[in-house]
Amino acid sequence: MSEAIAEDTGIGAPVRRREDARFITGTGRYTDDLNQPGQVYGVFCRSPHARAKINGVDAEEALGIPGVLGVYTGTEMVADGIGDLPCGWLVKDKAGNDMRSAPHPPLAATQVNYVGEPYALVVADSLQAARQGAESVNAEFEELHAVVELGSATVSEQIYEGIDHNLAYEWALGEEDATRMAFARAAHVTTLELTNNRLIPNAMEPRACLGVHDAATGDYTLYTTSQNPHLERLVLSAFVQVAPEHKLRVVAPDVGGGFGSKIFIYAEETAVIWAAAKVGRPIKWVADRSESFLADAHGRDHITRAELALDEQGRFTGLRVKTTANLGAYLSTFGSSVPTYLYGTLLAGQYKTPNIYVEVQGVYTNTAPVDAYRGAGRPEATYVVERIVEQAARELGKDPADLRRMNMIQPEDFPYETPVALTYDTGNYEASLDKALELIDYAGFEGRRAAAAEQNKRRGIGFACYIEACGLAPSKLAIELGAGVGLYESGEIRMNPTGNVSVFTGSHSHGQGHETTFAQVVSDKLGVPYDDVDIVHGDTGRMEFGLGTYGSRSLAVGGSALIAAAEKIIEKGKKIAAHMMQTTPEQVDFDDGTFSLQDSNQSVTIQEVAFAAYVPADYPEDLEPGLTEKAFYDPNNFTYPAGTHIAEVEVDIETGVVELVNFVAVDDFGHIINPLIVHGQVHGGVAQGAGQALMEHGIYDEYGQLQTGSMMDYCLPRADDLPDFQVDTTVTPCTHNPLGVKGCGEAGAIGSPAAIMNAVTHALGTKDIAMPATPEKVWRAVRGE
Amino acid sequence: MKITLQVNGEPREVDVAENTLLVDVLRVNLGLTGTHVGCDTSQCGACTVHLDGRAVKACTVLAPQADGANVLTIEGIGTPDELHPMQAAFRECHALQCGFCTPGMIMQAIDLVENGDQLDNAAIREGLEGNLCRCTGYHNIVRAIQSVADAG
Repeated sequence: MSEAIAEDTGIGAPVRRREDARFITGTGRYTDDLNQPGQVYGVFCRSPHARAKINGVDAEEALGIPGVLGVYTGTEMVADGIGDLPCGWLVKDKAGNDMRSAPHPPLAATQVNYVGEPYALVVADSLQAARQGAESVNAEFEELHAVVELGSATVSEQIYEGIDHNLAYEWALGEEDATRMAFARAAHVTTLELTNNRLIPNAMEPRACLGVHDAATGDYTLYTTSQNPHLERLVLSAFVQVAPEHKLRVVAPDVGGGFGSKIFIYAEETAVIWAAAKVGRPIKWVADRSESFLADAHGRDHITRAELALDEQGRFTGLRVKTTANLGAYLSTFGSSVPTYLYGTLLAGQYKTPNIYVEVQGVYTNTAPVDAYRGAGRPEATYVVERIVEQAARELGKDPADLRRMNMIQPEDFPYETPVALTYDTGNYEASLDKALELIDYAGFEGRRAAAAEQNKRRGIGFACYIEACGLAPSKLAIELGAGVGLYESGEIRMNPTGNVSVFTGSHSHGQGHETTFAQVVSDKLGVPYDDVDIVHGDTGRMEFGLGTYGSRSLAVGGSALIAAAEKIIEKGKKIAAHMMQTTPEQVDFDDGTFSLQDSNQSVTIQEVAFAAYVPADYPEDLEPGLTEKAFYDPNNFTYPAGTHIAEVEVDIETGVVELVNFVAVDDFGHIINPLIVHGQVHGGVAQGAGQALMEHGIYDEYGQLQTGSMMDYCLPRADDLPDFQVDTTVTPCTHNPLGVKGCGEAGAIGSPAAIMNAVTHALGTKDIAMPATPEKVWRAVRGE
Repeated sequence: MKITLQVNGEPREVDVAENTLLVDVLRVNLGLTGTHVGCDTSQCGACTVHLDGRAVKACTVLAPQADGANVLTIEGIGTPDELHPMQAAFRECHALQCGFCTPGMIMQAIDLVENGDQLDNAAIREGLEGNLCRCTGYHNIVRAIQSVADAG
């Protein structure tokens, strides 16, 4: 690594993002900014009922509206052989049986199962005509009793034939008998009933798509708001069978945030790309925010009973967890895996709890499908572990930091095999805890509390020492556990003849800044100037394959693939350089962009080697021309980011308003490529976690109507709801990927809800208050209601 | 109906239905897609532009209301080579991630600095109350605006 590169743009430098140039000047290109010649507009007819039979769809009136070109229904999709939307993760129940999947047609044909479910697509030559058309479609519904409340769903009317008790599965992990024994011997048992509130993701860019069909070639192009365009293409080809894979190109251009909600293969893009061929015109669909609320996959929504067993000294000896998880009306793309393998496996947290047993009921209700939302299972696990540990400390009269410290896995314990199927590779949990205690000025808390009391406010402090499993995932393990695809990532590096570099990644950036970070990585590895490296992503027509971006995986898996590709470039480059210097490859070293002959002053640059590779006048006889290499990187373990978050809140006891007044996050993400971007990811995650703790709640009424269906009803955090955050890091490098990185995208949302709610309950002196801690709930709690 | 307006210093004439929103005039009729639509209830502020010098939500202005007006959008305040100080500050402070709220956020921020006095942290946060960002937690947006306000 040259000094110049290290100073400005190398690994560890806070490089200002190159993608910003287009976003701050209004020249970004999001899906709705794209248009095609002859383009028409699609609007969906959506169910007004939570559960109803469809006895008929009459499109006659709609088709009479000037400009309406077609009304396409679920019945036609079935007739065209279009398949159901699949769930990509087959979870087996505790008896070893496959989960019970409800059929999920892209457009409902015979029955609707949640408010907002699409049952027809109206296409017209103007948006206004399409809207009028959609309002004029007359569907005859026969309303059925809707199952809405999660707590009673298993004893309510059966939604689907063949799916008893509305249960997709009853899943379990851990040793039940050993855990029972631990509780029988416990000196103290802490019990907590918790809810993890339903969230609605609300990326700022609503979902959108533009479907194009070329009748002459049979080629389809789908522009869409996706976090994983290759997965979209794979599912639409292999399962839904809209078009064969080689005739379908999926482009995810600039995408305005995802947070999980744009991973999934949705009904809308499926119907649009299918109908584009039928109507013979490109079709654009852009969700209204109201549609986003109704039909984006929601997140969280658990009810949990947790018990923690402790011995006389306060050591954790057993954890028993029983969770009911809402899956919504259908199993969304990864919906089945979130409350199981991304949840139960994280219940050891940072602690040496020897016996853990978790049971999860995955339940259908007549609500929007629930799937991964920032953190996906891991915030729910952290919430259980960190709330009950804090409660145990209170019951035992111990300092919550001390109780955690005495139970933490120590640096010398790694690799550490947990009782819930994971092996943590490395970590130093006390280092994060110590730094966080220092940053928050833990010793000064009582003084701040007394000062707040003088203002008639109650101040509380709360901890969360979280762990997450990121860098999804070792493919073989994931497939054994039910994943329908591998979870490797691909990368390709093209040294161009003129010496600059085009990099293609299967990861997708929708705010994460890959165009900058990945260029830093490749520039450092190949010793080429940062400005000479271009990062290309988000187009199945430009890169071979990819699994996309979610689960904080891009740098750990996608970045590692680029390192592997760069190593191949260097290996081939050595052969070319050896020929140029009339030696053998074994005699050639590579460092900082230069191939040099050992024990000599002879050298050639990587740019000269690239030129020779494309203009092979004097070239090794047995070597192919060109200097392009690709690699697939399959991790051999998850990565385990961990850290300590501490929140301080002040409760106004007259109004019930909770103010988040101080928040410290100290995270161990392993090596950091760009600290500016990493801190930004933490800020955003903490804001979403604060939203969950204090403001956000997706609420359905008893009939299954969404009560929080707009930004006027669903309370998203605004600038004046949040404080400045104190963010810092500790570093234990990941032991099994070449960059030593762990991932930083979700940590903020994983640690913060538990920390904030521990602070709220500390301030109020209550055992629990259900998230979100709204002024009304807090006001009632203060008054003992 | 025909309306004429100045957009980013250029006189423009469009022929639109009376119920057309200003944001659609900008995005659809004039191709200025830097102004975004993030909601349908005037809550998110992604469509914020300046109308006769003040920040407005372009989803809440009807085209006829903008007849004869002077409209400034994100495309009109700077270029990659000559950024407006607020654009430069957003980049310098990493005040954006996905970029979708950014144009509206920058237009609101410019209004705040040009028309607000004594911009401290609390005043900036209050001034951003009508603009949602889901990525940044606002921390770096506040820092960026503060830096421009402090530079006077």
